[in-house]
Amino acid sequence: MGTSSPALPGFWKRNQRTFAPWLFLAPGALMFLVYVIVPVFQSVWISFHDWDGLGPKTWIGLGNYVELLSDDAFYTSLENNVIWLVLYLLAVPAGLAAALFLNQTVTGIRLYKSLFFFPFVISQVVVGLIFTWFYAPNFGLFSALIQALTGTQVAILADERLVTYGIIAAGLWPQIAYCMILYLTGLNNINPEQIEAGRMDGAKGWHLFWNIVLPQLRPATFIAVVVTVIGALRSFDLVSVMTAGGPYGSSRVLSYYMYEEALSEYGFRMGYGAAIAVVLFLIMMVFITFFLIRMLRQERNS
Amino acid sequence: MFPTPVQKSGPWVSAAYQVLLPIALIIWLLPLIGVAVTSIRPSGDLAAGNYFGIPSGFAGVENYTAVFRDSPIGHYILNSFKITIPTVIGAVGLSCLCGFALAVYRFKGSLFLFFVFVAGNFIPFQILMVPVRDLTLKMGLYDTVTGLVLFHVAFQTGFCTLFMRNFIKGLPFSLIESARVEGVSEWRIFIHIVLPLMRPAIAALSVLIFTFVWNDYFWATVLVQGQAAMPVTAGLNALNGQWVAAWHLVSAGSIVAAMPPVLMFFFMQRHFIAGLTLGATKG
Repeated sequence: MGTSSPALPGFWKRNQRTFAPWLFLAPGALMFLVYVIVPVFQSVWISFHDWDGLGPKTWIGLGNYVELLSDDAFYTSLENNVIWLVLYLLAVPAGLAAALFLNQTVTGIRLYKSLFFFPFVISQVVVGLIFTWFYAPNFGLFSALIQALTGTQVAILADERLVTYGIIAAGLWPQIAYCMILYLTGLNNINPEQIEAGRMDGAKGWHLFWNIVLPQLRPATFIAVVVTVIGALRSFDLVSVMTAGGPYGSSRVLSYYMYEEALSEYGFRMGYGAAIAVVLFLIMMVFITFFLIRMLRQERNS
Repeated sequence: MFPTPVQKSGPWVSAAYQVLLPIALIIWLLPLIGVAVTSIRPSGDLAAGNYFGIPSGFAGVENYTAVFRDSPIGHYILNSFKITIPTVIGAVGLSCLCGFALAVYRFKGSLFLFFVFVAGNFIPFQILMVPVRDLTLKMGLYDTVTGLVLFHVAFQTGFCTLFMRNFIKGLPFSLIESARVEGVSEWRIFIHIVLPLMRPAIAALSVLIFTFVWNDYFWATVLVQGQAAMPVTAGLNALNGQWVAAWHLVSAGSIVAAMPPVLMFFFMQRHFIAGLTLGATKG
């Protein structure tokens, strides 16, 4: 770099390009190592221990994992995570539909697009509060609507069978907006000649969409699926704000259950919490690996 | 363009579309509109059961003043700025350096390192939670703004590096080559040639990271306990617990908390979307 040692100008000049990348990388990589990479391994290590976060750690091997196998709350969380994953993916086709609806050129459409995107910019805490209020029995807009339609009141967030669906619906709101923006950009980059050629050949409606438009939207679809899957598995804020896992733990997901075990008033079971986090991490790794393989293939091609 | 432009489909379709558009928007933003209206509702309305009707009067000034007067929300907002601004500067700065290194040089392990940054970006926060909290405690930074900033900088550097590296890869490499022939040092190449070209990427990432960090809630609950360093997301949730049934105040607080990223988005819209949709167009 600019401040090379005057004693070794020749050495620096000759080897500058070998050292430069490492010097450029050092600060960022070091931070990332300390705060992201090392903690992953530490968590795995902690998951083999019994630890309250303060005292000494006691090695218990796979003890925490064995306990997980017979823990009903763990299965509830896991099941909810699967429900999250499946239903959250609805954001992808819904986002595509919204993008197709908005992909027109009329006056003010730009403003419409940005207003539709709004929910994504707002914090999940605010989204959670809004929907809690929306669902509130007696006066919430949603429960008023249900009452008008069915004649009975439903307290969504207090109902063990409905609560997870209620939270997911809140989560879908910003997520659909996100997918919509991805697709709007994708639609922007579609080759108009291919569309025209397709139309000339008599392709219309569904046929044109399925065979000509959708294949060109593949990159957008890929990103939309990745961010939605990751978002579904990471879901924490909404569960925490809307129900704190209740009623009776029925809306817990792995990320929230982990937090509860490790850091809530129920106790500081760091080892057990870490074990839950490791399970979540392994599930996530399946998707991350898939994503990385595709990226690697892209790198090789370019 | 797909679908067929409405103008081509005749006046009826076009008119129907123009009518449908605002209706769809209102339904889509109904929860938000509800909150906005409630935030200006007089408290008497809530007591009288008028939760969703026309407000009986305008109490916006009262409600918003009450939020700032009766709660530490101003302090929380200030904390959020104290956390968010240094994080943006730190993460974007570090990732410019990292992205440059990974895009411009061919060295052993560069692709591997790049993939580590990418992968780190997608892991669940919970696997970092216990060790990061522990580390922050040991450094004496638990319950401080600095503790949060350091973690956010480190974590966001992963995403930013992915972005920066791909952006620099797209720049004309011949510029760098010819500078090298001239004997310009690597550092000067970075500062004088590459950095000025990175302005759009820097703008895009700054807005995006601002929004991400402003909206963070998880780390705010893990690394902060008291009011001293609490950002507005966690603060708002705490207030919600205190203001039972005072929905007009909770609503006003929500609007206040949501404002900075929303304004950021409106002013920097193009950059924001460019940042989000990276990779959605090619590949």
